[in-house]
Amino acid sequence: MELKDYKNVFVFAADTLGEKVVAMLLGCGIKDQAQKLIEFGADEVIVADCPELKDYLSEQYTQVVDQIIKERCPNIVLYGATTIGRDMAPRIASRLKTGLTADCTKLEVVSDEKSNGEPQFRMTRPAFGGNLMATIICPNTRPQMSTVRPGVMQKRQRQEGRQGVVTVFAPKFDTSKFKVKLVETIKEDKAMVDIADAKILVSGGRGVHNKEGFDKLQALADVLGGQVSSSRAMVDNGVMPHERQVGQTGKTVRPNLYMACGISGAIQHLAGMEESDFIIAINKDKFAPIFSVACATALYGRFFLE
Amino acid sequence: MNIIVCIKQVPDTTEIKIDPVKGTLIREGVPSIMNPDDKGGLELALRLKDQFGAKVTVISMGPPQADVIMREAFAMGADRAILLSDRKFAGSDTLATSYAISGLCRTLDYDLIIAGRQAIDGDTAQVGPEMAEHLGLPQVSYVCDAKLLDNGNLLVHKENEDSVQVLEVEGKCLLTVLASAFEPRYMTVSGIVEAYNREVEVWGADKIDYDENRLGLSGSPTKVFQSFPKAMKAPGEVHEVSEEEAVELIVNKLKEKHII
Repeated sequence: MELKDYKNVFVFAADTLGEKVVAMLLGCGIKDQAQKLIEFGADEVIVADCPELKDYLSEQYTQVVDQIIKERCPNIVLYGATTIGRDMAPRIASRLKTGLTADCTKLEVVSDEKSNGEPQFRMTRPAFGGNLMATIICPNTRPQMSTVRPGVMQKRQRQEGRQGVVTVFAPKFDTSKFKVKLVETIKEDKAMVDIADAKILVSGGRGVHNKEGFDKLQALADVLGGQVSSSRAMVDNGVMPHERQVGQTGKTVRPNLYMACGISGAIQHLAGMEESDFIIAINKDKFAPIFSVACATALYGRFFLE
Repeated sequence: MNIIVCIKQVPDTTEIKIDPVKGTLIREGVPSIMNPDDKGGLELALRLKDQFGAKVTVISMGPPQADVIMREAFAMGADRAILLSDRKFAGSDTLATSYAISGLCRTLDYDLIIAGRQAIDGDTAQVGPEMAEHLGLPQVSYVCDAKLLDNGNLLVHKENEDSVQVLEVEGKCLLTVLASAFEPRYMTVSGIVEAYNREVEVWGADKIDYDENRLGLSGSPTKVFQSFPKAMKAPGEVHEVSEEEAVELIVNKLKEKHII
């Protein structure tokens, strides 16, 4: 598993829970990443480094994580809500017969009347396409598990030279369960850009019309030192690739500046960008929801000079 | 080849609106549809049926009203439809749901189980992998292509954030598929007519083997603590201005925020 898939996740737990934070690091030839995890806040890193874990495969990774959990009996286990985390976490939940809450945007431990004064882990996530928020608890089984949407937690400042424990874990594989074989991995160049990391996003929606429209946004993004992102509509019609999509079914972003051009702001879109520090929206419809719900500052005007 | 396809009836969440005054969900008039990823899964099953011959059984768990999507599946080309419907299942979370549906699968002969990646009402993507674990099957999620090889294995493409993994799967397995990769076929007119003369089998819990403690609300490790509409942010300032003024305004704002 790549370190970047865990970004912003394990770091959070250290902040509010005040518990020991242990990161699990699985892969092949990744031992040197352990120190980095400690510098980002982990107290201990359990490293499983072996050829079987070179590429992510559901069964292999599930066996290792299952073994680590059974050995350590943690209270809480968090996974990144990536394609890997969302593949593996339910498999593990089912193996351990415990609860799993998907795609959390807020995690907290609260002691109040409703929890009889005991600390209770509360996991909040969007439901109904982002129309409703639901807070989920897992009262009777352990561990309490959730996948956490990348990008929703603020990354902690790296502390160079921070000290922690690195523990090597030697997994015992049941190879008779390995029924899926990796033939090849086709890398896609789109991997180069992650809009979730961008500080400035120039984002386009239906009002940008076409590829030429996005070329203009790209030119603006280049000048501002940002990236171009998109609403779902422009992904569905094939103008923009899916990895540029912001929103419920795309990525959650929180840049310093989000410029929404020709995006009306369906609730699914707002769910993915409303945490941005500063939002400028340009739309010909002054009643567009992007103005009324999520904007720090909004402008009404026509964006495209034909 | 026997293929089971798991489908779910869901409210069309793109049609759900928020009451601007009360801040609550407006559910009235929101249509119920077959979950898009599940429909993609059914399409994949039907393509395999077209190419290699297969019996396609659609299964679902839900209230009796889910009958509609079962008939839609008939009209697309499914051969058999079983709806698991019992009050015992009410309040199930993903683990209890996957447990019950796995119980249904165990009563059927199958070579392949296909489910949608996730349902648009919950977006959890958990039921498929949890079922695979209950049934002891290998899984591939986020499937964007699947072919049957001459040796009987499946060659499956799994879409990740930055890559596509090409995987060969030996023996029975469970796939969860992406709607975007399998454009569903239209229902045929004769299929629609016929669909209403076919039987959707409605099964109660008594048709499957189960441990009472693992069903429904009491068998669900997760509980909803509370649900609430999303907090509204304060609206921003809206300026109705000409293009030139807009440019000036934006540039000034960006300077004010030290962005440029």
